[in-house]
Amino acid sequence: MVWQSFSDFIDMGGRGAFVWGSYGLSFLLMAAELWLLRSRRKQSIRRLCQLQQLEQQKD
Amino acid sequence: MNIFRFSSPQTFYPLAGRLVPVFAVLAAAFLAAGLYIGFFEAPTDAVQGEVYRIIHIHVAAAWMSMFIYLVMAFWSAIGLGLGTRLSFYMTQALAPTGALFCFIALWTGALWGRPTWGAYWVWDARLTSQLLLLFLYFGFIALTRSIEDPRRADKAGAIIALVGAVNVPIIYFSVKWWNTLHQGASVKPGGSSMASVMLWAMLLTALGCWFYSLAVTLTRARSIILERERHTDWASIEIARLGSK
Repeated sequence: MVWQSFSDFIDMGGRGAFVWGSYGLSFLLMAAELWLLRSRRKQSIRRLCQLQQLEQQKD
Repeated sequence: MNIFRFSSPQTFYPLAGRLVPVFAVLAAAFLAAGLYIGFFEAPTDAVQGEVYRIIHIHVAAAWMSMFIYLVMAFWSAIGLGLGTRLSFYMTQALAPTGALFCFIALWTGALWGRPTWGAYWVWDARLTSQLLLLFLYFGFIALTRSIEDPRRADKAGAIIALVGAVNVPIIYFSVKWWNTLHQGASVKPGGSSMASVMLWAMLLTALGCWFYSLAVTLTRARSIILERERHTDWASIEIARLGSK
């Protein structure tokens, strides 16, 4: 183990802002992509269902 | 088993649905393992101290951004050559994730460059060609979404993907061809200049990102398939099934 304590781990040898800024935004963006993917899929399914019902009414 | 059977959207759709959870679990496992080794097992770098730990996500994201573009070019070539609709759907499903990794590579690179080079950004060949890749992704997404006729959008996107692929070897070899501030490749075919534990952390993180991309891309491809194939019988049944849930 290279870290003496938790604060030592967070500090990253004085470069904590750069290291955590990198990983933080990366994971935030990946989480945002997953969330968007989920909500877009739901939206798309809802829209397709509505279209289908409209087309059935026309027939 | 005839794998070409899966080139039809109808057979590919359920297959992708079964593969997504498997890839998602593998992504989480590899990312956890890579980050654990990267943060707790890998030693402090003799020259850069702790800040080098950015390498694990930086290199993984940069590899993925180039690899995904090449895969897009591959599907575009297949799509243009054979006229397979699924190839175009895959190309479009890949683009947002490729753009995401491209941005992550640039962002983590900037945060790594500041403490080690003294600058967030320099216009050297590696950084500039990577920025161009981000614009190619944006261009692809903007173009395919702005053309109303989907089949024309497919073809236009495929042409951008194919032409832009020239940029990928330029990014990869830029550190060799030009005098760049960006360091040369640490991992080359036939050898690595890194300590093996650091290399393992990087490879596991990269594998995690690869499985993440597969899971996300297949999920997006499934949505695209439903949208585009909605007039076929099987897709209307699936839409009705999903709607009644």
